[in-house]
Amino acid sequence: MHDAPSQKEMLTAVKAFIDDTAMPALKGHAAFHARVASNVLATVLRELDIRPAAESAEQQRLVELLGADASAPVATLNEQLCNMLKQGDMDLNTPGLLAHLKTTTIDQLSVDQPAYSGLPSD
Amino acid sequence: MALRLGLMRVPRNCDKMGRHDEILKGLQAWAGQFYGADATVERLVRLSGGASQETWSLDIERPGSVEELILRRVPGGVSVAKNSEAIGLGTEAKLLSCADGTVPAPKVIQVFEPGSDIGEAFLMNRIPGQTIARKILRDDEYGIAREKLTHQCGAALAAIHAIPSADLPDLPASGGLDQLKKYETIYRAFNLPRPVFELTIAWLKSNVPSAVPPVLVHGDFRLGNLIVDTNGLAAVLDWELAHLGDPREDIAWLCVNSWRFGHSQNRVGGFGQLNDLLAAYEASGGRKFSSDEIDWWEILGSLKWGIMCMIMYESFRSGADPSVERAAIGRRVSETEIDLLNLLEQRA
Repeated sequence: MHDAPSQKEMLTAVKAFIDDTAMPALKGHAAFHARVASNVLATVLRELDIRPAAESAEQQRLVELLGADASAPVATLNEQLCNMLKQGDMDLNTPGLLAHLKTTTIDQLSVDQPAYSGLPSD
Repeated sequence: MALRLGLMRVPRNCDKMGRHDEILKGLQAWAGQFYGADATVERLVRLSGGASQETWSLDIERPGSVEELILRRVPGGVSVAKNSEAIGLGTEAKLLSCADGTVPAPKVIQVFEPGSDIGEAFLMNRIPGQTIARKILRDDEYGIAREKLTHQCGAALAAIHAIPSADLPDLPASGGLDQLKKYETIYRAFNLPRPVFELTIAWLKSNVPSAVPPVLVHGDFRLGNLIVDTNGLAAVLDWELAHLGDPREDIAWLCVNSWRFGHSQNRVGGFGQLNDLLAAYEASGGRKFSSDEIDWWEILGSLKWGIMCMIMYESFRSGADPSVERAAIGRRVSETEIDLLNLLEQRA
């Protein structure tokens, strides 16, 4: 399949259209939604960059934390982790748990809201 | 689920002129009786498109004087079946009367019963000032206000919590565990498992604080719902989530990082420190609480806001509200996850 323009190029073009052409021509509620739409495209662009490596690292940490099969999909592993937490088989004091959750959440926020105040400043 | 969430409030000019004209006609008739035949209703404008209530601004002009008023009105003038935790407009008006004299709040001027020309609504005085959090926290003109606000919020919360229960209208009772159970049920129904929420729910269940006697809880006391002028707190608005519950819920909700609007170093609303708030609260007649006692409630508060974001995303996922804004808010849930982890790691 062709890759010219690529996903990123197409998204970047649409975002530029919203920012530079559509948004200035809109008022009130429509302008507000255009700004949200532009932010959504920025999120998708960050996700294209960050998600593959971040999710693969998350999967490896989960395999280790849960002693699970190395090929288990990340969604299945997260469901398993949720069940263990719910049943009290793991808690705040489980070695490695907090560090895993923090890394995962920081990666997620670097896609979702990279300027959020709750992120550690380093 | 009709949650009214201040953050998302955006004026929506979706009202047909017919509704505007009907309300204007009803208000004009009322003003003629209340103020005299020479009174006219001017500048009637819809301010917000809240899901549960409409807010309108208007002026009553008479020779030599202007009364600046706010109309709160049930959408369409008629209450639909009660499907949210909001208390209803009549109860909200009664609460404002209960607050009168001890809590800075608007004064109710007239209540319109369901079936009146205006519909179910009430009028209150319009208090000048600012509600936009980022301006209050950043603009130079609110510098003095920011210095006073922590003390004023402590005093206002103590006054709200001191309103005698015998004076209050019928209100729902909702303690911490009731709310935890309610939000857990909502979260589970989405079938979108999130490990941080599971950890939080389990931790909250095994660390329930001892109960204190129930009081009137405002339920949404934070910037966005407070009118602030250059001298600080001018009025407490948005009483529609009021209930009987634990006073620590209100104190902690003001501390939730989402309501610090980027000024995380100031635990109280982005403008103050918790020990100062608790000291002001106690000095104004409130119970003595330690900052440790607020933590459980702040963790519950962050969890609730995270699940509220999921609720708003769900309205997109279900097709009820296909707007880009409802989709996007699903990517704010992770904000509350980092806040929860920051709070929980101090407890490990």
